[in-house]
Amino acid sequence: MTDTVLLVCLCAAATYLTRTGGHLLLSRVGKVHHRAEAALNAVPVAVLTALVAPSIATDSIAEAAAIAVTGLLALRFSLVTSVAAGMASVVLLRILAI
Amino acid sequence: MSDDCNQDSLVQKIPTTMRTDILDGTRDVVPILIAVVPFSAVFGAVAIESGLSFAELLLTSMSIYAVASQYVMLDLFGQGVPAWSIILAVFAVNFRHVLYSASIGRHMQAFSGLQKAAAFFLLVDPQFAASERRAASPGLRPAYYFSYAACIYITWIASNCVGAAFGSLINDPSAYGIDFILPLYFTGLIAGFHRRPGFVAVLIVSAFTSLLAYFTVGSPWHITLGGLAGLATAAALSRPQEAMTHD
Repeated sequence: MTDTVLLVCLCAAATYLTRTGGHLLLSRVGKVHHRAEAALNAVPVAVLTALVAPSIATDSIAEAAAIAVTGLLALRFSLVTSVAAGMASVVLLRILAI
Repeated sequence: MSDDCNQDSLVQKIPTTMRTDILDGTRDVVPILIAVVPFSAVFGAVAIESGLSFAELLLTSMSIYAVASQYVMLDLFGQGVPAWSIILAVFAVNFRHVLYSASIGRHMQAFSGLQKAAAFFLLVDPQFAASERRAASPGLRPAYYFSYAACIYITWIASNCVGAAFGSLINDPSAYGIDFILPLYFTGLIAGFHRRPGFVAVLIVSAFTSLLAYFTVGSPWHITLGGLAGLATAAALSRPQEAMTHD
């Protein structure tokens, strides 16, 4: 086994550890406190927001506007419609070079 | 708070057939596949340029299957950094998955032990987001999860190979807005969770903390720090009667 292959395998193991770790830890606990439960219910909103936030501030107005368009539309319309509208606005605004 | 902020009313378990699960899974994943193709083709091209052999590229993408951390690995590998610090960096970039698996693991009652082990291996960002949405209604079942996952995994590996072979021919994905599908997809999914307790507070605190961390400590810490700040907010706002619903 070369060094590269070994390194890749260790990185894969580290990644798998993160992807199973949360579940394994939680299933050992049994009944969780209501605050922990609330925190877990907030994982999708909290982590995905943290993931997306820099796209609002680091790119141009076009990207920030597209995020707003998609977010607002998705409150009412389907995900595919909202994402398509966001893409259309980002392309359009980039062409207009805003 | 009224009753419809209660978790009970957010989780609607409706029986689905395996056929509808597979159809829904392959339909929901389509926007992601469009985004995955250019991203993974670029990764394939960059990996070959950075000196990985084709076999090593395949091993990397098939076994790690987490694109952000694969870029970090490539980058540090090129700098001749000691192996332990590369592995630590990969772990740091992937730390958000600890939270993903803790959260989505609660909705996997329909999965066997082996199915869970495989499912967690495939738990990339869009997979988590779509599965949380599916778990809220009509319920997360293995057929949905694995049909969604198989489409991404196969597309990811195939486009990696295309990128590795034809790296120099890849067009600039920003021309069609394809580079921005993922942030938009996540934004749409976030909005879909707007009925969860404390939604607005969690959104604001996570976004603010993420930006703060992004401009001070730097990437990738903004994901973990922003996420944890949002979780702390939800925990602080929680009241006992809202939480006694999970079995």
